[in-house]
Amino acid sequence: MNRVTLLLLQALVAVVAIGIWHIGSSVPIGGTYFLPKFFFSTPADVATRVWTLFADGTVKIATCTEPIDLTRLINISAPCFGKTVWQHLLITLIEGLLAFAIGAAAGVAIGFWLARHPLLSAIFDPYIKMLNALPRVVLAPIFLLWLGLGIWSKVALGVTLVFFIVFFNVYQGVKEVSPAILANARMLGMNERQLFRNVYWPSALSWMFSSLHTSVGFAIIGAVVGEYLGSAAGLGYMIQQAEGTFDTTGVFAGMVILAVFVLIIDWFVTLIERRLLVWRPPSAAGQG
Amino acid sequence: MSDRQAERETAAQHAPAAAISFDGVAIDFPVAGGASYPAVTRTDLKVGAHEFVAIVGPTGCGKSTLLNVAAGLLAPSTGQTLVFGAPLVGLNRSAGYLFQQDAVMPWKTARDNVAISLEIAGTARAEALERAQGWLKRVGLSAFGDRYPHQLSGGQRKRVGLAQVLIRDPKVLLMDEPFGPLDAQTRQIMGNLLLDLWALDRKAVLFVTHDLEEAIALSDRVVIMSAGPSARIIGDHAIDLERPRDASEVRLLPRFHELHKAIWGQLRAEVLKAYGEDAG
Repeated sequence: MNRVTLLLLQALVAVVAIGIWHIGSSVPIGGTYFLPKFFFSTPADVATRVWTLFADGTVKIATCTEPIDLTRLINISAPCFGKTVWQHLLITLIEGLLAFAIGAAAGVAIGFWLARHPLLSAIFDPYIKMLNALPRVVLAPIFLLWLGLGIWSKVALGVTLVFFIVFFNVYQGVKEVSPAILANARMLGMNERQLFRNVYWPSALSWMFSSLHTSVGFAIIGAVVGEYLGSAAGLGYMIQQAEGTFDTTGVFAGMVILAVFVLIIDWFVTLIERRLLVWRPPSAAGQG
Repeated sequence: MSDRQAERETAAQHAPAAAISFDGVAIDFPVAGGASYPAVTRTDLKVGAHEFVAIVGPTGCGKSTLLNVAAGLLAPSTGQTLVFGAPLVGLNRSAGYLFQQDAVMPWKTARDNVAISLEIAGTARAEALERAQGWLKRVGLSAFGDRYPHQLSGGQRKRVGLAQVLIRDPKVLLMDEPFGPLDAQTRQIMGNLLLDLWALDRKAVLFVTHDLEEAIALSDRVVIMSAGPSARIIGDHAIDLERPRDASEVRLLPRFHELHKAIWGQLRAEVLKAYGEDAG
């Protein structure tokens, strides 16, 4: 199938879905709407709301007398904090990135450490499994208590999600280095430090990058869920506020913004992945 | 011919020690239940400093095991290995090992894979890359330096592996069915490449293969191993074919056929025995 046909078919799915939504919510069939506006809003309302949110938000930022810099933009107590959609997006983005960076760094470090020390790995094994099996949402209230309503309680939630994905992948990556490559590297004269740099590290990173989409996605999930459960800013907060007033249009608008936001981030991840995993055969790189 | 023989004899008299010398080497592998599986029984074998020795035997006879002992990757259960007269402890630092499987690092380009051999020994990166390019040229890959292993064919990856090992200039070359996974034509081309490179300085080579024709075409001596368990050396044949040889054309010589017939007669029984064991 060629590219154009594929794109057309993909667009067709959206058109049909939005069409059904529109008819159900705006065209009475036999006197009733099978998707009542109160519960489902309408595509036109949602589109208008998304547009207004961004337009108003831009106006608010533009007319703000305070100097616009990053620290002011995310400072909830700053007088200019108008809670525009841009600020919500920025805060969610910052929380997600911090969660990813901290979670990935910890996952790589501990994954490596345990993979190279079988005894430690055996000792910690049940605890790691236990923590991983725990639904992370139950930790959110604890993090709120510990770290407050600011961004760090959301970052912490994201970290607990990202850490395990990266940890397991790095652990696996170090454990499953091809024995032939390892023996070859040893025979070439590599010492432990050189083996780490030239064999274990690239192997572990390749495993980590192959799970990049999942871990970045989970970082954002952690941020949004954290915001939803208790915060004063962010996309999750926006959606939660709309829900609190039965503002279905607001909830759907938040979901649309979140979906587009995640798509854009995913696209960036694909770009990064393509650069970093250039040595991988296409089939193997595609599996991630 | 007679000159070469004389040369060899004097060399033998003056040579301080063989490149590799297995001295009563036996290898047992532990199996479940505390028992052990005798893979190789007491083996004595010497590989001269400039000698190309091939080990042939049925599958599973412990040829590769013996090679791993020579590399120091595996310690023998009894006996010892001498490398240029000194007992081998740990990895064999004077040996280069070409593995049967792909062992080049998939995350490095062909050039980096070759250069890393020098870099880990302390050569500056710029110089290492330059010399790596020289070796890539020698193995016929000068235009492929920037390719990653998955962008190369199986034969090309073997060439990278060969350059990676030879750039260190090891005194001994250990090869474990290096061309095994390649197709017949590529194998002969790789055989010729190996002979050309070997002719430059005649390193000691221990070449494990299951392909008798390849063994005869390349080596000075063909050693036959019996079927396992308790594999041992059951034959040692000098290959008196003139060098330089062409790995494919040498197969047409009458002498090649005589040698092949003589050695195959011995090997055949062992191969059948190995299949019999498998069937049982």
